[in-house]
Amino acid sequence: MSRVLVVTSGKGGVGKTTSTAALGAALAQSGKSVVLIDFDVGLRNLDLIMGAERRVVYDLINVIQGDAKLAQALIRDKRLENLSLLPASQTRDKDALTTEGVAKVIDQLREKFDWVICDSPAGIERGATHAMYHADVAVVVTNPEVSSVRDSDRIIGLLDSKTAKAEKGEQVEKHLLVTRYDAGRAARGEMLKVEDVLEILSIPLLGVVPESEEVLRASNLGSPVTLSAPNSAAARAYSDAARRLNGEKSDVIIPTERKSFLGKLFGSRVA
Amino acid sequence: MSLLNFFTRRSSAPVARERLQILLAHERAATGKSDLAAILQEEILAVIAKHMAIDRDKVQVKLDRGDSFSTLEIDIEMPALPKPAAKPTARKSA
Repeated sequence: MSRVLVVTSGKGGVGKTTSTAALGAALAQSGKSVVLIDFDVGLRNLDLIMGAERRVVYDLINVIQGDAKLAQALIRDKRLENLSLLPASQTRDKDALTTEGVAKVIDQLREKFDWVICDSPAGIERGATHAMYHADVAVVVTNPEVSSVRDSDRIIGLLDSKTAKAEKGEQVEKHLLVTRYDAGRAARGEMLKVEDVLEILSIPLLGVVPESEEVLRASNLGSPVTLSAPNSAAARAYSDAARRLNGEKSDVIIPTERKSFLGKLFGSRVA
Repeated sequence: MSLLNFFTRRSSAPVARERLQILLAHERAATGKSDLAAILQEEILAVIAKHMAIDRDKVQVKLDRGDSFSTLEIDIEMPALPKPAAKPTARKSA
C-alpha cells in the first residue's frame, strides 16, 4: 500500500531536506520504491542535497501545468534505482501550485511508489499547506530549541486541521524526529532534553539524530548521509527511523553522553 | 569564563522548558478559541438571519477560557424597530 509522508517543521533550517534525503534513501535501501518531491517552489534544494542538480530538466510545476509528463520530470537516483526525485521549480513561486494539480500528481505517484515523500518548505503558507494536505504520515523535524519547538507545535495543529485526513475526520499519523541533538549539552542542562520536547509536543518519537559532522559532509558531497556515511551515528538514527516508518517496532535509542575518564574528571567544557 | 561563573551558572534548559510550557498552553487555547468562536458566530448569525436582517459585523462572539470556569459572551446589536419606544440593542451574556 502506498503511503504519502510529509517532512515538515514550520521553522526553517532544522533539517527537513536533509531528513527527507536520508529517510528516503534509507527506505529505498530497505527495498521500497520511493519518490521524493520538493515542494519548496522558488527555493529548491532537495536536488542539490541529492546530488542531482545538474540532471533537472522538468519540474513539479511543469507537470502541474501540463508542459511535461510526470515520467519526464522524475529523476532516478544513480546510486539507488528504486529512489526517484521530483524537483521543484526554481524560477516560479508557490502560487503556481494548484490544489487540483498537486492532487493529480500525488495520485499518479501513489500508483507507482510505496512511499511518496513530500519535502515541505518552511513556514505555514501555500507551499507548506500543499505539501501536508495529502499526507497519511507526517515527520515533524524539531531541534531542541525554543523557537523550533514552538513552530512544531503550530504545525502539529495544522496537521490536525488542514489536511485531507483531518477533513474526513481521520488523523494524520504524526512522528517526532529530533535533529541536531547534543547529548552532552542536554546532560549539562544547556539544551532541552528529548524527554522535554516529547512531553511538550506529545507525539510519538520516531528518532533522535545527533549533531554530526557527517551531515554537512553529506550535503557537501550531494549524497544522503545514510549513503555517504552509513555507519555514522546520524545515519544509523535515520536508518532506525526508516525501519519504524516501515512498521518495525523498536525502542528509540536516545543518544547519551559518552565521556572518557579524563573527560569526566575535568568536564568537557574547557573555559 | 571565570571560575565563579562556572560554578554559579544556572542551567538554561529548564528555563526554556518552562517558558515553552506556559507559551504553548496559551497559544493552543488561543487557536482553539478562534476556531470555536468563529463557528459559533457563523451558526448564530444563520439562526438570527432566518428571522430578521442583521449586520454581520454587529454580532460579536467572545470565548474566554479560565482555569476554574470559562465564559461565552455573545453580543448582538439588532436593528432598531420602527416604533420609537423599542430598545435599539439587545444584550445577552452566557
